[in-house]
Amino acid sequence: MKRKVQLFVTCLIDALEPETGDCVVELLERAGIQIDVPEGQTCCGQPAFNGGFWEEARAMAKHTIEVFGDGDLPVVVPSGSCGYMVAHHYPELFQGDPVWYPRAVRLSGRIRELTQFLVDDLGVTDLGARFDGRLTYHASCHLLRGMGIHRQPLALLSKVQGAELVTMEGEQECCGFGGLFSIKFGEISGGMMERKLDNILATGAQRVVGCDLSCLLNINGGLHRRGSSVKGVHIARILAGKAD
Amino acid sequence: MSAATESFKQRVARSVHDEALHMALRRATDRFGANRIKMLASLPDAEEARDRARAIRRHTIANLDRYLDQFVESVERAGGVVHWAADGAEANRIIVGLARERGVELVVKGKSMISEETGLNAALAAAGITPQETDLAEYVVQLGNDTPSHIVVPAVHLTRHDFSRLFHQHLGTEETEDANRLASFARAALRQRFLEAGMGFTGANFGVAETGTIAIVTNEGNGRLSSSLPRYQVALMGIERLVPTMEDLALMLQLLARSATGQKMSVYTTMFTGPRRKGDPDGPEELHVVLLDNGRTRILESEYAEMLTCIRCGACLNACPVYKQIGGHAYGSVYPGPMGSVLSPLFGGFERYADLPHASSLCGACREVCPVRIDLPGLLLHLRRDTVRAGHRPWWLKAGLAAYAWAAGSPSLFQMGARLAAIGSGLIARNGWIRGLPAPLNAWTDTRDFPRFASKSFQERWRERQAGRAAQGGER
Repeated sequence: MKRKVQLFVTCLIDALEPETGDCVVELLERAGIQIDVPEGQTCCGQPAFNGGFWEEARAMAKHTIEVFGDGDLPVVVPSGSCGYMVAHHYPELFQGDPVWYPRAVRLSGRIRELTQFLVDDLGVTDLGARFDGRLTYHASCHLLRGMGIHRQPLALLSKVQGAELVTMEGEQECCGFGGLFSIKFGEISGGMMERKLDNILATGAQRVVGCDLSCLLNINGGLHRRGSSVKGVHIARILAGKAD
Repeated sequence: MSAATESFKQRVARSVHDEALHMALRRATDRFGANRIKMLASLPDAEEARDRARAIRRHTIANLDRYLDQFVESVERAGGVVHWAADGAEANRIIVGLARERGVELVVKGKSMISEETGLNAALAAAGITPQETDLAEYVVQLGNDTPSHIVVPAVHLTRHDFSRLFHQHLGTEETEDANRLASFARAALRQRFLEAGMGFTGANFGVAETGTIAIVTNEGNGRLSSSLPRYQVALMGIERLVPTMEDLALMLQLLARSATGQKMSVYTTMFTGPRRKGDPDGPEELHVVLLDNGRTRILESEYAEMLTCIRCGACLNACPVYKQIGGHAYGSVYPGPMGSVLSPLFGGFERYADLPHASSLCGACREVCPVRIDLPGLLLHLRRDTVRAGHRPWWLKAGLAAYAWAAGSPSLFQMGARLAAIGSGLIARNGWIRGLPAPLNAWTDTRDFPRFASKSFQERWRERQAGRAAQGGER
């Protein structure tokens, strides 16, 4: 029987880079997974939560819990940031709530970040991808220090045919995005980003790969402003062979 | 405008583009960071040591009343005198009083952030008593009428050239950038002060409950001189700085030196238990320990009690990309960086410090390096919630998030929002990128572009695909 998962595509991929969502689907299907994309998914609520607006965050979390229901299927999410929100902060948001706390804990236990699902759950590292050129990896903060996921994306990238994977200096340093932080403290955020861009460009890589569109949005916005031909791409695009 | 009345944003605006500051911060924090990793690796099991340290500190804080009683008893048994200060003003009054009653005109000080917290130097000066900083960096900060910008290396924002200029101005020494010579100028000036001072003052890295011992670490030996040469000695200590036993202290010192400066041991670890005893060749005649609350009891009773386990190593400052971008002065508090962003609003209130918990990308580098594993990003998130509850939030954020949350609860509204964003962004984007947005979103486009929204969302594409597949399946 085919293994089945629910896909939580994330609001950013949904609205800004649907092609990356297509790549996620392609990868999972290639790995023999049957995908369900539950109707009505919106945002996990992290922006509100991180902004200190817990009431609003709770409303969004409840919606997300409803959308994914109380079943047993893994919920695959192509983002460490949204994954961390659901896995870590949902239970915290509903502490002491007799109805929603258990539901939050249940969903939190089902959340699997994309590379974690591929490598740890499916035991797949070689997806037959090819990229002719140099790649460098940006370790996004919530994925790395929140969910403890680092070796998984690197294992996947190491199997990309034709690609030379170069470690950038400060690979694990924040790119400066930080959600609303980038708007509330644009100058600090921008300064952090410039440093990240310098480190990316110093590698001579054509593509910087990440597992979070949020960081990539920031990095790409900066690279484009600099007029660079280097681009940030979600790992799903590299693995699906659509990183142009 | 003075640093005290400037807003956080104004201070940030001044430091965020200061390349010299970035260089200085980067050099120091990179070195400490790299050595920290190297020296932690020299422990048989650093992770286990951190777990133990965390457990000890949490246990101590959870039983603080008991350990304080024991500590006071131990200090008194050793011949010391304990004073309690509810706030900074009271601590200053006690210390000024002690000095005045004993005819002290000059107080030599070891580096102590807690005396910065209470503003002791100003209080002493106002009473006609000269406070003399003796830590090299603190000395330079004092000469420049400046404030510390880091809790472990207070003059990290200054260059050798600044040191040389200040010494030249105040001591008449020749200009030089030779670090050894600069240190020798300070040594020559300070040695005399140690001999003249009637009172020595230090903070406390740790107090040991079972023995009444106070431990301080320095790299210059000035703490040892400050605590042994003058006739009277005062140590000012936060009530949370206790460990139960000497064995616990040993573990804490191992982690403190490694986490703070990447050393196996600080050059001087000084421990004193009571004043000079009969037959001792030296040491102070009187030892006074001032225990400062200044909001700590309130924190202890709050959900932020974990913050009291902090051992002031400064590792979180060194790891923090925001600190490296803006420097310590921007925080407008004695305590900068991640630990300061938690402590400053807890000590000083949201009126002054509501911005600090928000000025973080929540990257978690601080939690990763904290020797006692304080969940700093978690505490910042809780403080953010509290600032919002207390009404400290920009109107646009409140309005924007309310609308966003409302739409997110209704998929059709959310999709409509995305569609509108696609149309709107399509209108202002050129070649798929937006180069300028109105306030407050210009904070983004000032330094980077923003992509246009997709004309068709993933979920719409998915629905079409599923419909197509169903139709194909139906035809078969």
